[in-house]
Amino acid sequence: MPLSAPSLPHSPTIDQVGVEERVERLQKRSIKKASKVHALKLALSMIDLTTLEGADSDGKVRQLCSKAKHLHDAMPDLPHVAAVCVYPTLVACAKQELTGTDIKIAAVATGFPSGQYPRSTKLADTRFAVEEGADEIDMVISRGHFLAGEYAYVFDEIAAIKDACGAAHLKVILETGELGTLDSVRKASDLAMHAGADFIKTSTGKVQPSATQPVTLVMLEAIRDFYQATGKKIGMKPAGGISTAKISLQYLVMLRETLGEDWLTPDLYRIGASRLANDILMQLMKERTGAYQSGDYFSKD
Amino acid sequence: MSKAVDSRTDRPESKIRFSTSWSYAPAPETAKATIAPRYDLFINGKFVTPAKGKYFATTNPANEKKLSEVGEASAEDVNKAVKAARSAYDKVWSKMPGKERGKYIYRIARILQERARELSIIESMDGGKPIRESRDVDIPLAAAHFFYYAGWADKLDYAFPGRTARPLGVAGQIIPWNFPLLMAAWKIAPALATGNTLVLKPAETTPLTAMKLAEVIRDADLPPGVVNIITGAGETGAALVNHPDIDKIAFTGSTEVGKAIQKALAPTRKHYSLELGGKAANIIFEDATIDQAVEGIINGIFFNQGHVCCAGSRLLVQESVYKTVIGKLQDRMETLVVGDPLDKNTDIGAINSKIQLEKINEYLEIGQKEGANLWQTSCDIPSSGYFCRPALFLNATQSHRITQEEIFGPVVAIQTFRTPAEAIEKANNTPYGLSGGVWTDKGSKIFKITTKIQAGVIWANTYNKFDPTSPFGGYKESGMGREGGLHGLAPYVELN
Repeated sequence: MPLSAPSLPHSPTIDQVGVEERVERLQKRSIKKASKVHALKLALSMIDLTTLEGADSDGKVRQLCSKAKHLHDAMPDLPHVAAVCVYPTLVACAKQELTGTDIKIAAVATGFPSGQYPRSTKLADTRFAVEEGADEIDMVISRGHFLAGEYAYVFDEIAAIKDACGAAHLKVILETGELGTLDSVRKASDLAMHAGADFIKTSTGKVQPSATQPVTLVMLEAIRDFYQATGKKIGMKPAGGISTAKISLQYLVMLRETLGEDWLTPDLYRIGASRLANDILMQLMKERTGAYQSGDYFSKD
Repeated sequence: MSKAVDSRTDRPESKIRFSTSWSYAPAPETAKATIAPRYDLFINGKFVTPAKGKYFATTNPANEKKLSEVGEASAEDVNKAVKAARSAYDKVWSKMPGKERGKYIYRIARILQERARELSIIESMDGGKPIRESRDVDIPLAAAHFFYYAGWADKLDYAFPGRTARPLGVAGQIIPWNFPLLMAAWKIAPALATGNTLVLKPAETTPLTAMKLAEVIRDADLPPGVVNIITGAGETGAALVNHPDIDKIAFTGSTEVGKAIQKALAPTRKHYSLELGGKAANIIFEDATIDQAVEGIINGIFFNQGHVCCAGSRLLVQESVYKTVIGKLQDRMETLVVGDPLDKNTDIGAINSKIQLEKINEYLEIGQKEGANLWQTSCDIPSSGYFCRPALFLNATQSHRITQEEIFGPVVAIQTFRTPAEAIEKANNTPYGLSGGVWTDKGSKIFKITTKIQAGVIWANTYNKFDPTSPFGGYKESGMGREGGLHGLAPYVELN
C-alpha cells in the first residue's frame, strides 16, 4: 500500500482559557480622540453592508446600495463601505446600482446558510452569482462533513468552488457557531486557507453565536501562521453580532496587534454587518459636534 | 542616566509589520488623587511627627518629580510603635472575640474597595506600575485578602481542628516596593485575623499607599495601636527586627536582606517568615498551545516591569519549537506599550527607582559580555523617568549570571532543552525555588513535571495568577513560611 501524507495540515491546538484572557486584555485598550476617529473611519471602509433575508427584493437592495454610496453626505471625508452582500438572485440589481463605484458586490452562495446541498448545486449557485456580476463569493463549508471528520471532502469542495469563482474572490464561511471548539475553528481555518480561500469568515449571521472575539483571534492567528509559512496574505471577515462602534474598535485593536499594518485595509479585513454603519456614523458625528444626535438623523436601510 | 545598551530590533522569524499608521492616542487616567505634601508616622491610631523630625521624599519614577515626603522613623519611633502595639495586644485585641475582630477587617476591605480608584492612581504614581495593573490586580486583590482573612477570624478552631490557635503577640512586618498595598494586605490581614497586633514598615521608595492604608485603618475605627505604620529605610527595618519586644518578623524582599534577618533572629525566641527572591523557570514543551504559551511568557516576565519575585525570568523552550516560540514572542513583544504608568494603554510602566534601572542595565551589559544575544523591542520610551525596553536574551546558558541571578526587571533569559528530564534538571538548578511554569496540552505531563520541580508555586498553562485562598511561598533560598490561604494563618499562631 502506498504511503500517503495526512490530508490535514498540522493544526496547533488551542487553549480556550488562554484565548479568552488574551481577548479580555485586548479589550482593555482605550481608543480616544484622533485615534478613535481614524479607527472608526477605517471600520466604515471595511464594512460589507449586508441584507440576507427571504424578503429581500430589488427595491430593498436598491436602498441598500444607495446607503453604501451615501453613508451620510452631511459629513465630509467619509469613506464608502467596502461591499454590499446579497443573495445571488439580487446580484444583478446591485450591479446596476453600483456600476461606476469602487464598492464591491459580494454574493453568498453554495446553498447559504446551511450548505446542505449536492456539490453540483453549490457549483451552479456559485457560477450563477459570478455570471450575474459578483466580485466576491461568500461560501459556506459543509459543517456536517467537517464534524464527521471528512476533511478531504470539505477541502475538495472549497477547492472546487474556488475554481468556479474564476476571478471572483472567495470568502469561506466556517460557521464557527456550529463547530463547537476553538480547536475545530483553527483546523477549519487552516483547511480553508490551504484549499484556496482568499478570506476566511466566521459566520453566516443565521446561527448563534455568530462572530465572537475569541473565535476571531484564533482565526487571525491562523492567518498569521499561514502568512509566516507561505508569504500569502489571507483576509479575515468576522460577521454577525458586531453592531456597535465600540465592539468594532475592539475587533480592530485585535487585528492591529495580531497582524499589524498590512491587514489594516478593506483588501484584507471586512466586517459583515447591517446595523454597524449607523452606530459608527453617530459616534463620528459626536466626535465632530460634541453631542449625540437622534437616530432619526441617519438613514435606516 | 546609565548609557544605552546595544540591541537588535529585527525579527528574523517574522514578517509582520507592527509600526502602524494607526496608533493609540494618549488615554490618561484623569481622576484626581489626593496626596498630602507630607505624611507623618501612624502610631497608636494617630499621625505623629517622627522623634527626630526628619522626613524623606518619595518621587514618581515616571518623571522623577517629588510626590510627597514621609517621616523617617528612628529607633525611638520604632520603640514607640512597638509599645503601642503591645499595649493594644494586651488590653484589647487579644481579648476581643474573633467575630468582633472580623468585623474590623471586613470594614477595612470595604473601604479599600470604595477608594480603589484613588488608591490605584497613587500606586501607579509612586511605584511606576501601569494603571491597568494597579486598577485590575493590585488594589482588588488587596481588598480580596482582607475579605478572605476577615472570614477566618472567628473560625480558627476549624482552621486547626482539635487544637487551639493562640496569637503570637506583636508582629513586625517589612514589605517591598513591587506591590506596596498588596504586600501590606498580605501581611496585615492574616495577622489581624489571628489576633496579633503589628508594626508595618513599607519600602522607602513606595510608602504612599501604605500611608493611605493608615488613613483607611483610622477611618475603620480600629482600636489604637492594633496597626502601626512607620516609614523609613533599612535602618528603620533593622530597628524593628532587633526590637526585643517583637514576637514575630514577617519579611518580603531580597534574599540578601532575608539572610541578614535570619542571622539576627537566630539567637532569639522570635518567630519569622520570609518571602525572598526567585529565578523561576517557565517551561514550554513542544506540545503546548504555543500562542497561549507566548501570552503566558509575556504575563510571566513583563507583569509589573518584571519586578515580581515569582516572575518567569528563565524561559526554557523545547528545541523543536524554539524558532516558532521566539518568532511569536518577539511579535507579541513588539505590541507592548511602554510609557506613562497612568495611561490606560500602557503595558509596561516605569522602573521603580533609578537604582533598580541601573541594576537592570548592568545585567543587560553583563549578559552580552557573557555571550548571550540581547534583543529589545523597537518601541519609543519617554526621555525622562526610569524606563527600560522589554528585553530577552537569546542563547543564554546555565552558566551565565543572567540565568542564575535575579534581575528583577523586564528581562528574560532564554535557553533550550531536548527532553523533560533536561528541563527539570535546568529548572531546579538554582538556589531559588519560589515558582515555576509548565506549558503542555497533555494533562498527564503536567502532573508528572510539576511534582518534580522544587518550587512553592507552579502554574500550569497560565502564569502569575494570585488568589487569597492560595498559599504562596518558597523552597530553598526563596524563603520559608506561606502567605495566603489556610496555610497563611499558621505563621501567626502558636498551636496548643
